[in-house]
Amino acid sequence: MQSQSVEELNASASKCRKRIVDMVYKAKSGHPGGSLSCIDILVALYKGVMRFDSNNPSWDDRDRFIMSKGHASPAVYSILREVGILQDSDLNGFRSLGSVCQGHVDRKWTEGVDFSAGSLGMGLSFGLGSALAARLDGSKRHTWVLLGDGEIQEGQIWEAAMAASHLEVSNLTAIIDKNRIQNDNFVDDQMRVGDIGSKFKSFGWNVININGHDMHEIVSALKDSKTGNGPTAIIASTVKGKGVSYMENNPAFHGAAPNDEQYALAMEELS
Amino acid sequence: MTGISEPGASRDGYGDALLDLSSDERVVVLEADLGKSTKSCHFRAKYPKRTFCLGIAEQNMALVGAGLAEAGKIPFASTFAIFSERAFEQFRNGIARTGLVVHLCGSHGGMHTGQDGSSAQSTEDLGIFRTLPGMTVLHPCDRNSARSLTRNLIDHDNPSYTRTARNKTREIYSEEEAAALEIGVASELRSGDDATIIACGVMVERSLDAADELAKHGIMARVVDMHTIKPIDKEAVLSAAETGAIVTAEDHSVIGGLGSAIAEILAEECPTKMRMVGVRDKFGESGSPEEIMYKMGLTSDNIVQRVMEIVQKPGRT
Repeated sequence: MQSQSVEELNASASKCRKRIVDMVYKAKSGHPGGSLSCIDILVALYKGVMRFDSNNPSWDDRDRFIMSKGHASPAVYSILREVGILQDSDLNGFRSLGSVCQGHVDRKWTEGVDFSAGSLGMGLSFGLGSALAARLDGSKRHTWVLLGDGEIQEGQIWEAAMAASHLEVSNLTAIIDKNRIQNDNFVDDQMRVGDIGSKFKSFGWNVININGHDMHEIVSALKDSKTGNGPTAIIASTVKGKGVSYMENNPAFHGAAPNDEQYALAMEELS
Repeated sequence: MTGISEPGASRDGYGDALLDLSSDERVVVLEADLGKSTKSCHFRAKYPKRTFCLGIAEQNMALVGAGLAEAGKIPFASTFAIFSERAFEQFRNGIARTGLVVHLCGSHGGMHTGQDGSSAQSTEDLGIFRTLPGMTVLHPCDRNSARSLTRNLIDHDNPSYTRTARNKTREIYSEEEAAALEIGVASELRSGDDATIIACGVMVERSLDAADELAKHGIMARVVDMHTIKPIDKEAVLSAAETGAIVTAEDHSVIGGLGSAIAEILAEECPTKMRMVGVRDKFGESGSPEEIMYKMGLTSDNIVQRVMEIVQKPGRT
């Protein structure tokens, strides 16, 4: 994928945000908050950094992208629409019977999806397996795993973190979408995860802290993460529901659809 | 097959098979600190670059396997049967559901494990893995058949769970006989039309002993090794029904395992007198394999008794 300017990437992200709200509104269910918080990162990956061919999404030697927080599926579908793999009609079927846009991302249903998520905590392990396979193949392909900050409460994340460091994989980047909110409430109220960067550092990872809505910072960090020795964690500070005033920092919109009035307001704000 | 098969446990057959398969560069081996026990250690010693030791972390191991499989590798992961259960949801959501082919082997299954006691005596594994759509479930009875069936997984399109045993068992199959085994095709070890004993794993040798004993009473019992619990060989079950009496024998809970799988077929298609020899909703304890098998009702005598209860032909004494 030809890398694009920050302005172009931001314009894409803006279009994706509208798609996210639109899909959840039409489906009357879904997870807008955590989709809006990570969409800038996905746009940077798919349109700026990842080794990927939209004309051949199942190219064997593509980079792998693992959406571990699989409920943020609208973010994935919106970027796959942006790069031309999905169509508007696909997005319109989100969460309906027979749709390629399943509730949680699913590799069996959607072209361009590498990992079937929906059960939190599994993606980093899968990404480690992808990275090890690339190393065995002598390939330069890289593996990118997007995790939620609530998700890292799962113990399996730390099994994988320990193993990635022990096995000295350098072709693996984890991006933590630190939007500070999980299903029931704020992360700090549910289960404090503390200083995420220090935790990954103590597990032997390189750590980069960024503003997860600053396209320039995101692209730089993603590129830098490929050059380090060992695995890299990018801690992206984000805002849950970013771009829609009433969804921002609001736990209620982790997994709820806007009503008609809210939908109209969101579309206006995102224009 | 190459190499000399010495008497051993089915777990030795798993280790043999990994070496047999090593010439295929797609084969990778995953361990969770029990490679010495599950016998993947022999592959590790010869092919360290294709072996991933992932520490005491079975959940991670399962999904690392999935990631490798997605990229075209054929992962063989192993741990104790009981700890494979810890990664059940990972196998459900990360492997079976996704159509990725990862092969998991759980060694030290069942009461036969003995001295380690109840924490290690998995009697649920066959049952839980059997519930997953598309999952193949194997439980070979000796070293040669474990080797052959594991080798067959190289061309298998589905993820699998194979239970092996810790302790040595008699050789049931010669290498040549074992080489002819196919996943999903039951193996008739003894012919007979008065009753059928359908067994798996370490209960197969006990079933042969039971058939010998029954023959002394004039009852000719067929013995079937149902090494593949799923997909189960329905034809073999329906054929067994023609003998009028079926006894299943497994070192596993009667809830969910081989007996349940057979009963599901019979109940719907051909109701037949049936009894199950297996663990009756209990946990085990430490003891020698024979002591604990006796205490749990998993002996050839138990099989004989159950056959006698339902056999049509009156026994001659």
